[in-house]
Amino acid sequence: MNNDINQTITRVAEIIINELKLEDVTPGTFDADLDLVDEVGIDSMDLATIALVLRDEHGIRIDEDDYPKLTTVRIIAEYIDNKLTIGE
Amino acid sequence: MITVSSLLDDHWYERYKKISRLNIRSSIYDVTDHCNLRCKGCFFFSSGEHEVASEEKDVSKWHAFVEKEMARGVNLAILIGGEPSLCLDRIEAFYKRLPTFCATNGLIKVPRDRFPDLMVGLSLWGDAEDEKILRGKDTFRISSANYEGDRHAYYLYTITPKQLGKTEKIIRKIADVGLKVHMQLLSNDEGVDGFSWQADELVAIRAEMDDILDQYPRTVISSKYYHQIITTGQMLGRKFGWMECPSVTEPIDKREPRPKRLTNFIRWASDLQTMHRCCTSETRDCSTCKDGAAHMSWVMVNKRAHIATTRDLQNWIEIYEMFAKLYQFIPW
Ligand code: SF4
Ligand code: SF4
Repeated sequence: MNNDINQTITRVAEIIINELKLEDVTPGTFDADLDLVDEVGIDSMDLATIALVLRDEHGIRIDEDDYPKLTTVRIIAEYIDNKLTIGE
Repeated sequence: MITVSSLLDDHWYERYKKISRLNIRSSIYDVTDHCNLRCKGCFFFSSGEHEVASEEKDVSKWHAFVEKEMARGVNLAILIGGEPSLCLDRIEAFYKRLPTFCATNGLIKVPRDRFPDLMVGLSLWGDAEDEKILRGKDTFRISSANYEGDRHAYYLYTITPKQLGKTEKIIRKIADVGLKVHMQLLSNDEGVDGFSWQADELVAIRAEMDDILDQYPRTVISSKYYHQIITTGQMLGRKFGWMECPSVTEPIDKREPRPKRLTNFIRWASDLQTMHRCCTSETRDCSTCKDGAAHMSWVMVNKRAHIATTRDLQNWIEIYEMFAKLYQFIPW
């Protein structure tokens, strides 16, 4: 499980770095607990873009109502793993 | 990686955090296709928008429509016209459910016992002389009497080139009646002689707007970055226009590449079925568009582009705060 979550964290970080074109950071150095709104400055449109990539990759739908709680890479990774576990 | 807190001191970071999660989702609604004025240069009439759809008269349909809009995620209703105050029942359909802003010429007072905290934007196109030329009437005389000291009303002052050198007098008049003001520039959709902006006039009006903001910080809801953006049409080396505009109605937005834009934004006609192209005139040339809300939104949706230097991010914060104040998401 730990291994899985770490893989998901790395992948989510990678997607965010690519989609937001973040510089000077790699999936390996991205702080999984960094607040994405307060520190990285993402907005709901960025989240919608990230959600689209995740949907295409994992076949999971991220409900727009859930956006406000998806505040860190770790929380997003846990959200995905949870959805995959319950087979959504 | 540049983080927000690495660019801001505590004071600015607190200001950032107060707005960073507001997630404002606005749409614009034509409440009616009638007006009690016929201003020269009114985009609604000049582009024939009053004729593309006939207004829905059944109030129950307005209530059902607003419910559907909320389900779509709209959390700010911006009511325009024609003149919304001619149709108070329709305003109420929004006001009962949503944060609502109503643009009006102020000739009819929105009853405060029925709409205690409805945010009202009073249109004003200059001094008495210009108002008579463009609108057939000195509306300030009537609107200021109707709304003097009202905490939920402010002037939407559309500055025309003829106002150069005269804006301070108008801002003072507004301050004297205890109201605030937001400034924007006329786009002159009907090409009225002498009312189109020339390059040197835009430079001059930017300086004038900056001076006014310094002189009347409690009256003017604005920021110098906004003045820069609206007068130059440039943001971070990019030029405002069709391919950058954030305020295009989403279901008909086929632009590629798709720019950063307002999520789920639609401008609805008063038949509650027809969608207009954008937040302003259907026929306006985007390259000369001076729409204030579109320019503010342009900055707001491009937050990440402003997370580059301290000054850029502070500029972004000031514009977002300005928008949030104008629509009562944060206090003045
Ligand atoms: S008051 Fe407003 S809606 Fe009416 S004609 Fe003038 S600009 Fe147009
Ligand atoms: S006219 Fe102005 S608001 Fe409308 S699409 Fe063009 S640039 Fe945007």
